Parts: sequence; C-alpha cells; structure tokens
Amino acid sequence: MSATLFANARLIDPETGSDAPGSLLVRDGRIVGAGAPGEAAPEGAAVIDCRGRALAPGLVDWGVKIGEPGERHKESVRSAGLAAAAGGVTTLIARPDTLPPIDTPESLEFVTRRAADAAVNIRHMAALTKAREGREMVEIGFLTDLGAVAFTDGVRVVTDTRVLSRAMIYARGLNALIVGHPQDAGLSRGAAATGGKFASLYGIPSVSPMAEVMGLDRDLSLVAMTGCRWHADQITVAAALPALDRARQAGLDVTAGISIHHLTLNEFDVGDYRTFFRFTPPLRSEDDRQAMVQAVADGAIDVIASFHTPQDEESKRLPFEAAAPGAVGLQTLLPAAMRLYHQGGLSLPQLWRAMSLNPARRLGLPSGRLSAGAPADLVLFDPDAPFVLDRFTLLSKSKNTPFDGARMQGRVLGTWVAGQRVFGEGA
Amino acid sequence: MTFRARHLLGIDHLAPPDIVQLLDLAETYVALNRRTVKHSDALAGMTQINMFFENSTRTQASFELAGKRLGADVMNMAMAQSSVKKGETLIDTALTLNAMQPDLLVVRHPHSGAVNLLAEKVTCAVINAGDGRHEHPTQALLDALTIRRAKGRLHRLTIAICGDIAHSRVARSNLILLGKMENRIRLIGPATLMPAGAAQMGVEVFEDMREGLKGADVVMMLRLQRERMDGGFIPSEREYYHRWGLDAAKLSLAAGDAIVMHPGPMNRGVEIDGTLADDINRSVIQDQVEMGVAVRMAALDLLARNLRAERGAAAAGVMV
Repeated sequence: MSATLFANARLIDPETGSDAPGSLLVRDGRIVGAGAPGEAAPEGAAVIDCRGRALAPGLVDWGVKIGEPGERHKESVRSAGLAAAAGGVTTLIARPDTLPPIDTPESLEFVTRRAADAAVNIRHMAALTKAREGREMVEIGFLTDLGAVAFTDGVRVVTDTRVLSRAMIYARGLNALIVGHPQDAGLSRGAAATGGKFASLYGIPSVSPMAEVMGLDRDLSLVAMTGCRWHADQITVAAALPALDRARQAGLDVTAGISIHHLTLNEFDVGDYRTFFRFTPPLRSEDDRQAMVQAVADGAIDVIASFHTPQDEESKRLPFEAAAPGAVGLQTLLPAAMRLYHQGGLSLPQLWRAMSLNPARRLGLPSGRLSAGAPADLVLFDPDAPFVLDRFTLLSKSKNTPFDGARMQGRVLGTWVAGQRVFGEGA
Repeated sequence: MTFRARHLLGIDHLAPPDIVQLLDLAETYVALNRRTVKHSDALAGMTQINMFFENSTRTQASFELAGKRLGADVMNMAMAQSSVKKGETLIDTALTLNAMQPDLLVVRHPHSGAVNLLAEKVTCAVINAGDGRHEHPTQALLDALTIRRAKGRLHRLTIAICGDIAHSRVARSNLILLGKMENRIRLIGPATLMPAGAAQMGVEVFEDMREGLKGADVVMMLRLQRERMDGGFIPSEREYYHRWGLDAAKLSLAAGDAIVMHPGPMNRGVEIDGTLADDINRSVIQDQVEMGVAVRMAALDLLARNLRAERGAAAAGVMV
C-alpha cells in the first residue's frame, strides 16, 4: 500500500494538546509521523494539500443508536456509516438498544457481521441485562470475547441495586466497562423537561435536576462497593459534578460523558413545543449548560458524543410529552462542537480530547491520536466555513435534528479510515 | 381592532388591549344572553367543530351554546371515544377534519402543546379549550370578566389562587392574564401541588393559607384533582380541607368585600365549604358560568371576523 502525505495542514493533536501547522505522513493505513508544513513527500507518496485547514484524528462517537435490527426504517448500518463518514466520525460505537437488544453472543455476532460493510469502524456496546429488563445480567464474558466494548442498558436505569451490584462485581472480574445512565427512575418517571419556571409555564411534565444527582450518587456508591470500571453516560447538571470529583479523588475508575446537544442548547430552545428538542435527559438551564462546557474544559467531563438517536417523522409529529426523545447527530457533532470553539469555551485540542482521544482510550481502541503507529483515521475540516443546515441534506435515514435551519460554522472536507478516503473529494 | 390573531391558543400571545377588546365585546353578549331572543348572526353560515379529546361536559356545553347563539352550525366530536383510540394520530385527525372545511375548531386535549400542533396543520381558526397542564385561555378570560364586573376594575387587585396549582391550566392562564393586567398575584397551596419555579414567576407563594389570604380582593379556588390523589400529593382529603379548604373563618382574613371564585366542578367539603360556595354575597361562581358563554361568543366572533378579513383579502389578492 502506498503512502500519503497530508501537507500544509493545521494539525490538531489532542494527545499533546497542540494546534500547529504541520504535515502528516500515512503509510499502510497507519500514521508514520508528523513533520513541517511544507515537508517534501517521500518518493511514490500521494500528496494531499490541506491548504491550512485543520487535520485531526477522526471522531470516536461514544453512543450511536442504529435502528438495526428492528427499526431499519429509522436508520440502517449503511446509512449510519455514510452519515458518520460525512460527519468526520471514523469510529462509531453502536448502542444495544435495538429490537431485539444486543444481549446475546448471537445478536452481537449478527450486528458485527453487518457492521463489516460500513464506511467507518463500528464497535458495539452490549446490553448489561437480558432484554434490558434489569433482572438478569447478560453473558458478559462471551460478549467481551466477541468484542463488546462496554455494557449498558442505555437510558433504562437498572433499578434493582442487587442486580446491578452483581453485574458490577462480575464485570470487574473481566475488567469490563459498565456505562450507566445516572437518573433516579422514580423521580423522573414521565418527565419530558427540566423542572423550573419554563416547564411549569408550558405545562410539560418535568423532573428536578436533582434526579440526576441522586442517580449518580447511587451508582457511585455501587462503584465504590464493587470496584468496577464505570462511565456515567451523561452528566448534564452542575450539581452532579462534586460527586464525580469525590469519586475520582477516592480512586474510583470513573469517567463521564455528555451529549453535544446538552452543551450547545438549553431548556428554552424547546420554544413552542418543538419536539426535535425533546431529549433524555431533558435540556437543562443555561447555567448548567455553561457549567458543563467548563467541566469539559477542565477535564471533569471526559467524553462528548452525538448520542445519535434517529426517529422517524411519526415519532416526532406528536404532542411534546408524547414524542420520542433524541436527535440525529452524526453529521452535526463537529459543526455543533465548533460553536463551543467559536464562542471561546474550548480549544480544538480540548474538543478532540473529548470527542476522539478520551472515548478511544476508555474503550481500549487505538485511534484518537496523531502519533506514529496509530491508525490513519483522520478528519480534514474547515472550522470557519459557514452554512445553514437543511435537515433534508443529512445522510441519516431520519432527519430529526434540532439544528434544522440553524446557522453553523465548521464543515467536514474529508474523512479517512485506515488511510482510505471515505468522504469528500480533492483537498 | 387590535385583536388580529388567527387562533386563540393561549393568553401568553395576547396583549392587554386584546384582552380589553375581547372583554368589552363579551359585555355586549352578556346583555344579549339576558334577552328572551338570544340570537345573533355573527357566525351565520360558519361551521364550528368542538373536538374534545378529554371529557368536559361544562366547557363543551358552553362552547356549543356560544356557537349556536351566534348562528354557527355546531358539531360536537367526543374524540376520547373515537378513532383516536384506534391509533389514528392527532395530525391525521386534524387533516381529516380540515378537509371538511370547518371555520372554527374548539379543541381540548390532555397533552400540553397539542392544540398548538394541531393549529399548525389546519386552515381554520382554532380555540384552545384546555391543553394538558398548559393553558385554558377562555377560562382566564371569563374569570377576568367576572372580576371586572364584580370589582369594577381588572388591575391593582390582590388575587389569591389557591389549591392544586401544579396540575391546573386554569391557574397558568390566569396568572399570565392577571399578571399582564398588573395585579398582585399570590399562589397558595401545599408544596406538593405548587409548580416548580413558581417563585420566579413574579408571584408570591404561600403554603399557609391564612397568611396568603390576608387582604386578598379575589379568592380563586381550584379543584383538587381527586384522580391524582393516588400519586400521594396530599395525605387525605380531610387534612387538605382542614389546611387549604376555603371556609368562612379563612375567608374572613381576606378583604371585607372579597369575592370567591371556582372554575368548577366543585368538590364541596374538600376545597370549598358548600355553604360558602352558595353564598350569593361572596361567591361569583354562577356568574363565572354565565360569563363563560359570553366570553366564548366574543372569542368566536373575533376569530370569525379575522378569518373573514383574511379570506376576503386573499380573494382580492392582498396580504393582511
């Protein structure tokens, strides 16, 4: 396989925290090393002139719902792969909340086979309990051997603490990662908004942000008890941060994530019951949003993901509280993240640490870096290119995005997986 | 004319002059309704469909009467028993109805925002007759008219709204309307029935009813939604009545000429003492029912005028 030199790039390396002009040499699908911007190409190498645009590790999207099996009309492995490539996502982590869920070695083998044809790398999380019912743990050992990168019941909270504690103890023995959705299930039952003046005036059933803190406190107590590796799927309120900090200081192996939507939108965006803005957990106050941006900056929150959740038109054309939660995000993750960059909240290396390096590290994947030996999973983008998003241009089968009609800045120009171009043309 | 809206979806969208205009027009219908011949041709030739996805005999009857007195062809659809139960979506229902060319749709729905969603899909005028916990604009307007007639004004009054505020769209529309008219509003009730963020709504919040009633000009009681009692919002009806039920002793703390209101239906002996409810010197509860018909006539009339103007302009090729 031949070599490719990415010349005249603005290299974003989250591992070293650098954002500087340079070039990157790729050979046989792997990164060989970085050099000066105008470095001469080795003999026989193809040259891609990046024209000063940003070149970074491809995004590793932590939690993506694919509708396969069960809801292929919402999203297929193929459409998700195309959307990912167009969004600069080189590895997407598929969630097990399919129909039926990925809770057996057989179902994991099926989706793994399907994923082999996708444009980008797809890895899978498996369910933590059978049928995601919270009663019996899955075959964590078999599923780990088959490549499950983590175990989660998604937004369904395992309310039986004995079941959860046993799964955690068992997972610890296998060094498996458990991903939990911190939320008190009783308190948040039926809620579609964050409790407060807005939800009360609009008459939307709501939940106090404290439900998240309570859920996190419970989960962290169980982690302390069992010593398992654990990741809080979404931390979205400032009041939850101290508990996370205490857990880390106590030496627990804990990380935390957040969706790009909770970092860039707030509860008021729901406006007149716009169901594209219905999320689980619901959008938070502006104070909480700002606190979360700061938490990403100082490393308290490790991972930013799209939490891509395709929903068809029928699932969204309903009264707000009856509409299905979630939004597609594979193609909007990068431009939405640029909002945080342009607002001065986060630098590009900080963003890529949370969107690429940290998720890869936590899941034991080799990508997310620009250092020698890493896979040549790359995204070339223009952080400044403006555009107005038209949801019907998205490659995802579902078009439910809160950014429809929004002015965005930041465009993906090219995506490479293991050195092969999977999106864009020219340079 | 200031009221130019296509729909009446909530109080939030109305400016104080809109509210005054609507109430003034309603006054003329109060007079009409007290005559032997209670008929106007304001809606002659128009079709009004009342779609109630949630049962409400009183509100539906009030809208039906209002439409008929204005000369509209009125049809009632009890959606709670209809094809909606068979899985038809709200939008499908709306499109089907729209194809029948109604002029006015009166809609009640158990979900907040559902009426707004429906209004986007139809070409006629829509009146929100109550959506979830969100708004019930004609109730707030009829309450406003009742207050204005009883107190002689609709501003600078101290108005206490008491009871199950969290679940009440009546309370929500009222606090928006009465707030817009520069009144002092107090919310009184157990903390479990107080909406989140109430303190940030420009109102005073009281858990102690005696404290909250002091000097109030208007005491607006809300129905305790018995069907929600299983959720454990209050320990028992008798304890509720003891602490938050309105009786003569508690009312004596309000202003000497304070009026007592209730949107009905009442739970006598739960949120209000039966004798007090019937006391014609204090209670304006029957007036509220009467004003309800007049206010709904005014709302239907104004929306019909706007609709006619819009259609006339469209026919003439002019933008309004």
